[in-house]
Amino acid sequence: MIQRLLTWLEDRVDLSSIKHLIQEKTVPRHRMTGFYFFGGVALFFFIVQIISGILLLFYYRPTSEEAFESVKFIMTQVPFGWLVRSIHSWSANLMILSLFLHMFSTFFMRAYRKPREITWITGFLLLGLSMGFGFTGYLLPWNKLAFFATRVGTDMVSVVPLIGEWLLRVLRGGEDVTGATLTRFFGIHVTILPMIVFALLGIHLVLIQQQGMSVPIGARIKGQIPFFPNFMMKDLLAWLLALAVLAGIASIFPWELGVKADPFASAPAGIKPEWYFLFMFQALKVIPAHVLGMEGEVLGLAAFGLCGLLFMLVPFLDRKAQREERSKLITGAGWVAVIFIVAMTIWAYLD
Amino acid sequence: MDSSRRSFLNLLLGVTGVGALGSIVYPVLKYLTPPQNAEQSVASVVAATVGELKPNSGKIFKFGNKPGILIMTQNGEYRAFSAICTHLNCTVQYDPEIQQIWCACHNGHFDLFGKNVSGPPPKPLESFDVEMKGENVGDEIVVLRRS
Repeated sequence: MIQRLLTWLEDRVDLSSIKHLIQEKTVPRHRMTGFYFFGGVALFFFIVQIISGILLLFYYRPTSEEAFESVKFIMTQVPFGWLVRSIHSWSANLMILSLFLHMFSTFFMRAYRKPREITWITGFLLLGLSMGFGFTGYLLPWNKLAFFATRVGTDMVSVVPLIGEWLLRVLRGGEDVTGATLTRFFGIHVTILPMIVFALLGIHLVLIQQQGMSVPIGARIKGQIPFFPNFMMKDLLAWLLALAVLAGIASIFPWELGVKADPFASAPAGIKPEWYFLFMFQALKVIPAHVLGMEGEVLGLAAFGLCGLLFMLVPFLDRKAQREERSKLITGAGWVAVIFIVAMTIWAYLD
Repeated sequence: MDSSRRSFLNLLLGVTGVGALGSIVYPVLKYLTPPQNAEQSVASVVAATVGELKPNSGKIFKFGNKPGILIMTQNGEYRAFSAICTHLNCTVQYDPEIQQIWCACHNGHFDLFGKNVSGPPPKPLESFDVEMKGENVGDEIVVLRRS
């Protein structure tokens, strides 16, 4: 039956390349093979995001009058609404965590070297877009913390040279963070970002299939694992584990809703952004108001922007990797980044 | 001869292409920029009434569509400022313990004249004038924009 269906399909669509891929694709086995799972796990969380996000759309209302109430309605009245929202919020966080692990493991394995430069750049952009998802999605429940986080976060774009002020107005939909901002963020969150992500993710995944798995420089290969079905089964096991972790956290620690935003209230003490922005938050907090005649904030943001740019262009900067050699400088820079992010995040939590 | 005709046509095509693209992009960018709504440029508001604030306390009030903060100092003096932190736009509050204006977002401190004294804020808070309409409980305390 299945065979007949396949023959019917093959008469109409050329499946030879897919067939070839299924039969030929392998995963190299070496000391670091375990790190090959994080990309797939991130993809799994992304799929969860799409499904849970669509479900939330059935009840959510993106206006400043109704947003908070509609999320409250989802949490308290809609059957399993609390679970769907909790899953959406937790999965977002776990997705970003997996993306960071995926990015740093590919970084240290030099998976970005020729011919995978485009894969690296699309991946880096995907991480940035995911943080954009996190930032725009955070505001949607219209609670107090989100309100101030958005005020701070959007104000940062005003340091962009020349178009900063205009960009700020476009993002906020006016001078201040208001219902107009909420509606804009909603539109960005559910239409613009998904469209760009789908395009980039498509390129990213197709390239990975075409180029195959990267082997770290100097890795001792202990053989190849056929992708279908051996590695795919392991991947599925990782997905199952990811689902178990997600379901566990989401039901034991349902995501809180907090207090409705009041534009005329002071920022609450102990206010912090989501954990993946904490390292930038903490850095901005400790940079003094003026450094070398520049505003500390401008300097800090410019430094972050420059570091991000260097990181994205690392395939072109790492000359040694192009010659299949490991560079101590690049490894060192990677560790500095990891230690900076982890240390700043911990500091922000303790502060 | 032929090649110059070709490059002229290419130029023409290019200019037309850019023009066509511009005629799409320009309205879209303009559409995305929100119209300047009649800015509620209030010159003065009643921020509180006499007796509402105790010495060494503060209150957030609406100054048009922006928050302002009214403070009664330890010795009963009123001061008013914009409540928007000059660092990254959070809303400040009065901290009676250290007798300073404090922004919770990035731990910025301002003194009772609105001057930025510690933390990341680069500028002092915008200060307003305070006008008492009387001394009795219930009399209005008016805050005015400095001209």
